[in-house]
Amino acid sequence: MNKSFLKYTLLGIGFSFLYFPIFALIIYSFNESKRVMVWKGFSLKWYGELFKNEQILESFYISLKIASMSATFATILGVMAGYSLARISKIPFRPFFIFISTAPLVMPEIILGLSLLLFFISSNNLFGLPSSKGQLTVLISHMTFSVAFVAVIIQARLFGFNKSIEEAAQDLGAVPNSVIWKVTLPVILPSIISGWLLAFTLSLDDLVVASFTTGPGANTLPIVVFSKVRLGLSPEVNALSAVIMLVIVSIAVGYYIKIRNKSDVN
Amino acid sequence: MLSKLKNYKFWFVFTPYFWLVAFFFIPLAIILKISFSVSEWGMPPYKDILEINNSGDFILNITSGNYAFIFSDFFYLKSYLNSLSLAFTSTLICLIIGYPIAFYVAKSKPKIRNLLLILLIIPFWTSFLLRVYAWKVLLQGNGILNLMLIKLGFISEPLSLLYNHYAVILGVVYTYLPFMILPLYGYLVKFDLRLIDAANDLGSRKINTFFKVILPLSLPGIIAGCMLVFIPVVGEFVIPELLGGSDKLYFGKIIWDEFFVNRDWPVASALAMSGILFLIVPIVIFQMSYSKYNFKNE
Amino acid sequence: MKDSFLYIENVSKSFDDVKALDNVSLAINKSELFSLLGSSGCGKSTLLRIIAGFEKPDSGKIFLDGEDITDLPAYKRPLNIMFQSYALFPHLNVSNNIAFGLKEDRLDKKEIENRTSEIINLLELNGLEKRKIDEISGGQQQRVALARCLVKKPKLLLLDEPLAALDKKLRIQTQFELVNLQYKLGITFIIVTHDQEEAMSLSDRMAIMQEGSILQIGNPVEVYEKPNNEYIAKFIGTANIINIQKHQTKNNFFLSSELGIEIESSENKLSSKCLIRPEKINITKSTMDKKINQENSCKGIVKEVAYLGSYTKYLIQSKSYQFYVFQTNNFISENLNIKWDDVVDCSWNKEAIFLL
Repeated sequence: MNKSFLKYTLLGIGFSFLYFPIFALIIYSFNESKRVMVWKGFSLKWYGELFKNEQILESFYISLKIASMSATFATILGVMAGYSLARISKIPFRPFFIFISTAPLVMPEIILGLSLLLFFISSNNLFGLPSSKGQLTVLISHMTFSVAFVAVIIQARLFGFNKSIEEAAQDLGAVPNSVIWKVTLPVILPSIISGWLLAFTLSLDDLVVASFTTGPGANTLPIVVFSKVRLGLSPEVNALSAVIMLVIVSIAVGYYIKIRNKSDVN
Repeated sequence: MLSKLKNYKFWFVFTPYFWLVAFFFIPLAIILKISFSVSEWGMPPYKDILEINNSGDFILNITSGNYAFIFSDFFYLKSYLNSLSLAFTSTLICLIIGYPIAFYVAKSKPKIRNLLLILLIIPFWTSFLLRVYAWKVLLQGNGILNLMLIKLGFISEPLSLLYNHYAVILGVVYTYLPFMILPLYGYLVKFDLRLIDAANDLGSRKINTFFKVILPLSLPGIIAGCMLVFIPVVGEFVIPELLGGSDKLYFGKIIWDEFFVNRDWPVASALAMSGILFLIVPIVIFQMSYSKYNFKNE
Repeated sequence: MKDSFLYIENVSKSFDDVKALDNVSLAINKSELFSLLGSSGCGKSTLLRIIAGFEKPDSGKIFLDGEDITDLPAYKRPLNIMFQSYALFPHLNVSNNIAFGLKEDRLDKKEIENRTSEIINLLELNGLEKRKIDEISGGQQQRVALARCLVKKPKLLLLDEPLAALDKKLRIQTQFELVNLQYKLGITFIIVTHDQEEAMSLSDRMAIMQEGSILQIGNPVEVYEKPNNEYIAKFIGTANIINIQKHQTKNNFFLSSELGIEIESSENKLSSKCLIRPEKINITKSTMDKKINQENSCKGIVKEVAYLGSYTKYLIQSKSYQFYVFQTNNFISENLNIKWDDVVDCSWNKEAIFLL
């Protein structure tokens, strides 16, 4: 009794700490007042403002575009990298490859962003490419750190599954290329999907690297939000948080129901 | 060596290899190069390392002056120490809060466990920036925390909770907590809870069981979690910018200002390089424990 | 030897300086059920993986049906392997698992269907076709793994610990099914196992391996009755090994200092050790008047009794030597009332003595 009391108290405190600020933000998003903290009554006014704010809407569109492209390309590259790390032993300078494919995981964003910006500028000076900073440079930067995250997920999954499944396919007559397409990739498909989702959120969430590598016409949502909240509060951002929360919670609930049903079947 | 790689293997290895060399490694090399360059007015605001002057001679413009500058000026060193102490303090707090949560979630029955896990992951998927912003809202002078404290009669005047390094620590702990909990959970969920019973059965006291059995077995998770919090926090820019005040300057902010405000690229690069240099030890620890873990799984 | 169905010629393999196989040669006949038996790390799995084509031997050659397959990749070899873990494809259902190999061979649809349903009938997997792998039992998984190999009509089927993952009752039943299936299809089977009983009951012939070498090849009777050395004698079944010295004057006679008696053998050979299997020793409760004073018999004290239903195990001490005796409980003998610390008379025929 005593023990489970301690357990639930601790879990309760922990989870309220995680959720309290988010819920407070959602509640304040319904505040009539322009001054965020002074409650003047319930209103959906700021949701209206949010959906009329072209700057936010456009940056949201840009962010979605960059995030989905970055996630897709990073997943392709990350699956290749993860597979190489887990299954191919003859890689020239293997320790170096391991280093460059895991170091982006822990490299501080500010250093990553700075290095990529200086790289784009130098490359522009030398080759004239990229001709200017913009969505492409942000995309390349986001892909670069996302690859490492996807590679880690894929590598862990491949270490986790028995290599004999791939050998069995070969034994049954599948040539190496066919083993990859018909066995390895389908088996690790759930990890590929979670890799894509992670890469997507990383890109959608990134402020620092994007701030360094962005250019005209490539203001992502975090950049716009940051400029709005840097010096003060913004009721539209409250409304935006509530919308994002709603989307994520409904995805999570859907997912939870799905896995619960699945475990009921078993 | 190359010819031995079969067709698909060649592409699998070399596409990401090439990408990471081009867009991760070479950019770092460029920072290294610029950190040794001489700064000047112009665009780009530094001299090329190798120049050919009018008479056709090569001139080598290399200087260690940028490093000498940042190491001699206590301002930079102090900001770096501030960042380290911020990272250390918040990692420790994350560990203290995160460990029991991860432990109890891992010990729950599978059905509750899935629910709790999703509850842990939701904030992680929510925008990082907005979660920091939430604290900015809460900690305002007329924010909800002050209102509650006044209502409860603890204080009569609102406290200035925002724009100091405590607010920064709070923001860091809040946003990085999932990075601590998830790897810890990953280790704790895997280990056999019967070990605890076995240890208790062998007469070990609860505290003893924890320190002699559970803690050592979850050590790789602790290392991974701590590194995932510690390393990025050293370079953290957004949280100090939104919640911090002028009482303490942090490393990330200094690089940002040096680059965007002072436009001194060589010094910004030298700062970034020295940051990497200081972070090499924790990064190596991270990579070693990480590859050891994978090797074990193999 | 090269005209054998499968011929392994002087194969060696090392992993990081550890010798896994040391100059192994082996000939296996067509339609034979052959076992590779040994404790873990003896090299049997490495040998199997070399035959399957997952490992390349450092030296030596492999011939299958007269063809050198040493350099053939796994997917081109006309043989199949059933993995210990079964290695079924988790993303495919039962019938797609079975049809996988046929589809890889690009057979036409009709034939794939026919052969798949044929093998599903043969292995009694009807009704499970659409199930996912994690939705069927361990025994069913084992049969799917088997079906997936057999549907390809391989010249040779390799089975890596095929029964290890099954519980004991299912294991014995499956053993018989496996033998029947092999007999029915006439496919050559090579089974890797660490379980000597399994090898004995399944195989036509078996090879016993230790530290990367083959110690003996023979049928179960030969291996049990005439082991090449003490290791095999002890590895297969229970063995009483007695240290002996050749008798100076009498042919076929040996002296055992441990037992203090003379031992007569049916062979005449210089030898320092002999084997006597526990079931070949007779014991009776000692009667005072009957004095045993002849070769191949001794008195002993019962140290342990273990009643196992069909037979009883006794541990007997005679002088400084301890040995096992197994007696069938067939009610012809009166052994059932032999107890701890009883004195017993032990005797055996000279044919029971095998000189090592």
